[in-house]
Amino acid sequence: MAVNLNRVPMREQDPEVRRRNFDEVALGYTLEEAVQEAKRCLQCKKPMCVEGCPVNVRIPQFIAAVVESNVEEAFRIIRQTNNLPAICGRVCPQETQCEQRCVLGRRGQPVAIGRLERFVADYCMEKGIEDEVEIKPNGKKVAIVGAGPAGLTAAADLAKLGYDVTIFEAFHEPGGVLIYGIPEFRLPKSLVKREIEGLKKLGVKILTNVIVGKSITIDELLEEGYKAVFIGSGAGLPKFMGIPGENLNGVYSANEFLTRINLMKAYDFPNSHTPIKRGKKVAVVGGGNVAMDAARSALRLGADEVHIVYRRSEAEMPARLEEIHHAKEEGIIFDVLTNPIEVLGEDGWVKGLKCIRMKLGQPDESGRRRPVPIEGSEFVMDVDTVIMAIGTSPNPLIASTTPGLAVQKWGGIIVDEETCATSKDRVYAGGDAVTGAATVILAMGAGKKAAKAIHERLSREE
Amino acid sequence: MYRILQKEKLAPGIWLMKVMAPFVARRAMPGQFIILRVKEGGERIPLTIANYDRQEGWVTIIFQEVGLTTRLLAKLNEGDSILDFVGPLGRASELDGLKRVLCIGGGVGVAPLYPQIKYLWEKGTSVDVIVGARSKEYLILEKEIRDICNNLYITTDDGSYGRKGFVSDVLKELLDQKNEYDKVIAIGPLIMMKVVSEITRKYGVPTVVSMNPIMVDGTGMCGGCRVTVGGEVRYACVDGPDFDGHLVDFDEAMRRQRMYREEEEHICKLMEKLMEKEGL
Ligand SMILES: Cc1cc2nc3c(=O)[nH]c(=O)nc-3n(C[C@H](O)[C@H](O)[C@H](O)COP(=O)(O)OP(=O)(O)OC[C@H]3O[C@@H](n4cnc5c(N)ncnc54)[C@H](O)[C@@H]3O)c2cc1C
Ligand SMILES: Cc1cc2nc3c(=O)[nH]c(=O)nc-3n(C[C@H](O)[C@H](O)[C@H](O)COP(=O)(O)OP(=O)(O)OC[C@H]3O[C@@H](n4cnc5c(N)ncnc54)[C@H](O)[C@@H]3O)c2cc1C
Ligand code: SF4
Ligand code: SF4
Ligand code: FES
Repeated sequence: MAVNLNRVPMREQDPEVRRRNFDEVALGYTLEEAVQEAKRCLQCKKPMCVEGCPVNVRIPQFIAAVVESNVEEAFRIIRQTNNLPAICGRVCPQETQCEQRCVLGRRGQPVAIGRLERFVADYCMEKGIEDEVEIKPNGKKVAIVGAGPAGLTAAADLAKLGYDVTIFEAFHEPGGVLIYGIPEFRLPKSLVKREIEGLKKLGVKILTNVIVGKSITIDELLEEGYKAVFIGSGAGLPKFMGIPGENLNGVYSANEFLTRINLMKAYDFPNSHTPIKRGKKVAVVGGGNVAMDAARSALRLGADEVHIVYRRSEAEMPARLEEIHHAKEEGIIFDVLTNPIEVLGEDGWVKGLKCIRMKLGQPDESGRRRPVPIEGSEFVMDVDTVIMAIGTSPNPLIASTTPGLAVQKWGGIIVDEETCATSKDRVYAGGDAVTGAATVILAMGAGKKAAKAIHERLSREE
Repeated sequence: MYRILQKEKLAPGIWLMKVMAPFVARRAMPGQFIILRVKEGGERIPLTIANYDRQEGWVTIIFQEVGLTTRLLAKLNEGDSILDFVGPLGRASELDGLKRVLCIGGGVGVAPLYPQIKYLWEKGTSVDVIVGARSKEYLILEKEIRDICNNLYITTDDGSYGRKGFVSDVLKELLDQKNEYDKVIAIGPLIMMKVVSEITRKYGVPTVVSMNPIMVDGTGMCGGCRVTVGGEVRYACVDGPDFDGHLVDFDEAMRRQRMYREEEEHICKLMEKLMEKEGL
């Protein structure tokens, strides 16, 4: 039987409609569509796709279950290695991970692994199917710092092993970037909340409004009887460019812009009390997922014109392919090989963004061709809002209040790659706090690794 | 949820609340602040910690009703709870090793000044205090402060109490009379802190001001609270709120504070309706 080279398309909201609402863009597969897509999988003996997945989801096995319409079984298989499939199915950069390695990709489109994963998770969630776990409490307390994907995953695994787990979260709501960063139209918040409810059912306690390093320190946690601490505090500090005019009214970090919208629901002002400036002409600087999210959010707030300003070419953009594609469909304008050099103002407000055109020169340390300015090519972009989405780094708060915790110069916590153990006894770390801004699935992988190592360590000291 | 143990009216539209918040109280220091959210859908706003008791686990806040959030907060009573309350945030003020200090508070800025005066006094520092208010009825914490300082000077804009005029008038006089201070600490409206800093610069007296930009998270993750100090961008929530008054770019700070003025006015017009919706 010849394999269909094309994947089953997923229904989406019409770009003309969705560019003005915050509802989810991609609508998911039906059971029939999922089965049809699942049948494309060749059930490889040596499945390359699994190697491409950072947590090695047993991909052919779960897909085989989907072919049999046994979605529950598929869910059980995925959950063996991935606690948050509904989220990963939506936000993993599949094109550089599982799907990149799929053999079908050599001749046509790879199996839509992410979409199938999402389908399985959504289907089971809707039906109220949950995996059954029997927990035998062992009475040992473990503290988790930060309720992002790293912390949530570590907490779930440890709770299942019987630990008495408490998560300490700085914000008033758990979820990390899943709540404050990634917008509703890409990752419905109700979904994240359900995952967190599931965690609470496992007995995990979540204390919000506690900033470790301020409200309590790591050493104090250890003194209070926590046998181990996992730090999953993310990489939350925004970078600015350091160009003139960056403090004008109307210049946002993507973090602030997205936090106001997602966590504080500023799009619903005044019903929600947090305000946000609704720019008419917006420039977003950067080319990653964060930039795409900020640009598409600005559009949904009512902007007439939104530009992505990126200093390299589109091929180098780190954003997920699907997001770039969706952004273009919605009418976002891409100004690539363009670099801002000054924010121009009038009466203290943004009036324009002065940019210079770039060309690609020799490859740099990262192997990507280094962009160099083209002399004399300066021009002014007429905008009233500028959003900086050029990266983030770990917050120094924890490192600076935890004696004995070794960190890199740029702030990343130094850990043993196999165990996530830090330089400090009983303290583990993982996710963006260690790697710098990365991905949800890598953060989850680190949470899993750390949970395992913590369990091994604490089992030894009966 | 964070229970309100006590509520007291200090002046028209100015309230003191004692709130149960053990995680804040356990490490609070003078100069630090909290961020609260009154209820679901509410804005996160920063308020300075005015007092605290580590053993009993409470802190007090003193706030002025200026917009929707502070008004919603003022509607809560003893026994009610505040939804979110996080801290202590910011750096503690540097108050050790000083011999003689002049503290200047304007309006509700007197509240954040109070724990600093108390700390200095308990350390045996000699403290002079200038307090400014619009008029007599807006003056807060007079008695509390009088008990813990060497000299207290009071000014009111309308002359209804103390001296008629501004805190800066007294400041100039004190400096002209050759009073020597290791440090001036000024907390109040931006314009007051700017004027104070301009005066002390001439006399060469080190001056610390407490910046109050618009904040969201209070942990360094949004960058909304950025202020320019000595040509460098600093985040008030983690690097401050105290900064060298002689280096702060006050004009930029004043501009940035007005960023949401339209929205604030809009929501103020809707205030009655929104209050009704909240059942208040
Ligand atoms: C806008 C945006 C879009 C993204 N899109 C994608 C995508 O499509 N696909 C993808 O794979 N990845 C994406 N990412 C990256 C991904 O979200 C992160 O790599 C991932 O969330 C990291 O997880 P984490 O658990 O390490 O940290 P975070 O998710 O950052 O969570 C850290 C948590 O710790 C809390 N915290 C921090 N300091 C303290 C403290 N001192 N005390 C207590 N709590 C603390 C924080 O409030 C936060 O809740 C995106 C990121 C952003 C910002
Ligand atoms: C570190 C710090 C400590 C403070 N301490 C005190 C205090 O002890 N007592 C007190 O009465 N006030 C204090 N303030 C000011 C207080 O936060 C504002 O009065 C309050 O946010 C106003 O909210 P609103 O919704 O009632 O008014 P709005 O109508 O929203 O605004 C009125 C004014 O408050 C400013 N403001 C609005 N939102 C914020 C925000 N999220 N963060 C900061 N400023 C904002 C606006 O620029 C405007 O000037 C402090 C501010 C900071 C930054
Ligand atoms: S977790 Fe991510 S990388 Fe792994 S199979 Fe699922 S979508 Fe692919
Ligand atoms: S590589 Fe592709 S075809 Fe092979 S098992 Fe994985 S998903 Fe199926
Ligand atoms: S309030 Fe967000 S960085 Fe200071």
